[in-house]
Amino acid sequence: MSKELLTGNEIIVRAALNAGAQAFFGYPITPATEIMAEWDTFYEKNRNNLLFLQTEDEMSAGFATIGAVVTGKKAFTATAGPGNILMQDAFSMAEAMQIPIVAIIGQRGGPSTASVIYSQQELTLTAFGGNGEGYRIVYSPSTIQELYDYTIKAFNTAWKYTTPTFVLTDGYTLKTRTNVEITRPKNLEKSFPMVLKSNKRGKKESEYVNLRNTYSVEEECFKNNKTLIEKWNKIKSQIEEHEVYELNKSKKDTLIIAHGNVASSAKQALYDTKKKSVKLFRPITVNPFPINALKKELKGIKQIIVTESANNQLLKLVKENLYGLNIPIKTYNKPALGITPEEIIELIKKNK
Amino acid sequence: MENKNNLSWPKCWKHSSKPHNFCPGCGHPIILKQLGHTIDELGIQSNTLFGIDIGCSLLAWNFFNVDTIQTHHGRTIPVMTGAKRSKPKMVSIAYLGDGGAYAIGMQHLISARIRNENITVIIVNNANYGMTGGQEAPTTIPGQITATTQSGADEFFTKGPELLSGASESPAYIARGSVDNPIQLKGFIKKAIEWQMTGKGFSFVEVLSFCPTNWRTDAKATIEFMNKLKSIYTIKEFTKENK
Ligand SMILES: Cc1ncc(C[n+]2csc(CCOP(=O)(O)OP(=O)(O)O)c2C)c(N)n1
Ligand code: SF4
Ligand SMILES: [Mg+2]
Repeated sequence: MSKELLTGNEIIVRAALNAGAQAFFGYPITPATEIMAEWDTFYEKNRNNLLFLQTEDEMSAGFATIGAVVTGKKAFTATAGPGNILMQDAFSMAEAMQIPIVAIIGQRGGPSTASVIYSQQELTLTAFGGNGEGYRIVYSPSTIQELYDYTIKAFNTAWKYTTPTFVLTDGYTLKTRTNVEITRPKNLEKSFPMVLKSNKRGKKESEYVNLRNTYSVEEECFKNNKTLIEKWNKIKSQIEEHEVYELNKSKKDTLIIAHGNVASSAKQALYDTKKKSVKLFRPITVNPFPINALKKELKGIKQIIVTESANNQLLKLVKENLYGLNIPIKTYNKPALGITPEEIIELIKKNK
Repeated sequence: MENKNNLSWPKCWKHSSKPHNFCPGCGHPIILKQLGHTIDELGIQSNTLFGIDIGCSLLAWNFFNVDTIQTHHGRTIPVMTGAKRSKPKMVSIAYLGDGGAYAIGMQHLISARIRNENITVIIVNNANYGMTGGQEAPTTIPGQITATTQSGADEFFTKGPELLSGASESPAYIARGSVDNPIQLKGFIKKAIEWQMTGKGFSFVEVLSFCPTNWRTDAKATIEFMNKLKSIYTIKEFTKENK
């Protein structure tokens, strides 16, 4: 274990390498570009074992990542905003075929090219982009240390469940330089090829793998969807993660729900106000959403406050998952703007 | 082993997927048969990844006892690039239609050529979008009637091999064959794959191919239209060797 002074982008590369990542394909876009530049630094020193390609666009980066993953490499990519939009092309194929790619999403302002450094407007796109229904895992770390820990975890989860896995972060987090503990993970999932498993095969049809993403009849397509749904329902409770932050165990009447960077502010606000009747619920996996854990925290709660740097993305998830419960939901939403602890302290005061 | 008379099925043929789903008289199965024989002759059945685009090529997803991955329309080249870079000893073949290659996937094709990716790309030029019902393709020739050029196509069209030859100074195996000369076609495909196997870089074969369904042609008219295509699209090797 060592402490190092690093930016979020540098931390991601340390984490990826320590998770056994072997290949990176990407296209520059702020605020995720430095992940690629940092990967190149390591790649130049270790060309025999690492792979790197700056592709012609994000579709190429996403699909080349898929190509490397199917042959058994732990490969990843990183993008943001308009790049995330283009990469949904590849992500939807990875979702349909359950190909364990890893992607780091550095959220920037939306819609469109918008602003370059911060937002939380890519939650829906990252979790549910494409014409599928979100059979992909999305972690939303809240601190730089978590950025390290959950990037490692993303590789492990992706390969353990053979499911595309995302780390949803933002430019504020990626550009911050701070001290992090670089620990070597004890257990790493192994990667494995989905094709070309053996060089010595004979005539048997069953020895060959034919992977497809399109179906000629609706029933086949329905069958694939059912397989996806069954798998998702089986694995999601093993993947779901959340955090509850409260100053002590006294009775609570207010629940703040936030994720990522905003959850950090909310924590700080709770710590600063010493307000004992308020607690924070933070989904760490925004997909699968920790529904049961959230429901458990609702005893005695008279109001929920959802706060996010988006207009209604986390809010939609909360509403969907709490359907039928009659707890009023208030919002403090600022698309593409940061939310400070001071603002949340004000928010708590106003909603006493 | 060389299959001189070219009559038998390739050994890597997947019999359970036959009869195939291409239309009667389609050129795709002719190309696939030559590819199958080439895979047999080069002994690469266990070491090849066959990447398939969306278009009528998608019908080849389970054509062979060869590992295959079907991708999105236009995205086969990046998938096969990622796979090849990750596993350099395998043979990486991308199989696309002219729409997949020259329209929606053109940036990938040109970039693969310019970066000299060590993959083999086979493009089926049937002068239209077959799978979607015969719309104009980048290869549709002047005056050609399609579902989206109902009074005849304009004078602009794409010559892939010529374009790729000019796109870079670096050596590459580039050829254009046609399904009415399968023996020659097999020779081109074989040279292209050997080019990759000897690590020389990018190799490319465009194949002029029949699409009687959308050309709305009988056997005679199919041959006539193929001859017209051949008068515009020169059959030859454009290979650039190392100087
Ligand atoms: C992103 C995307 N756009 C459009 C389509 C619809 N589509 C399917 S096949 C095809 C054209 C196929 O033409 P070509 O590549 O020439 O192959 P062919 O069928 O002629 O062999 C199109 C436009 C698609 N599947 N995906
Ligand atoms: S539509 Fe044309 S290219 Fe497609 S299978 Fe039929 S004949 Fe072949
Ligand atoms: Mg076509």
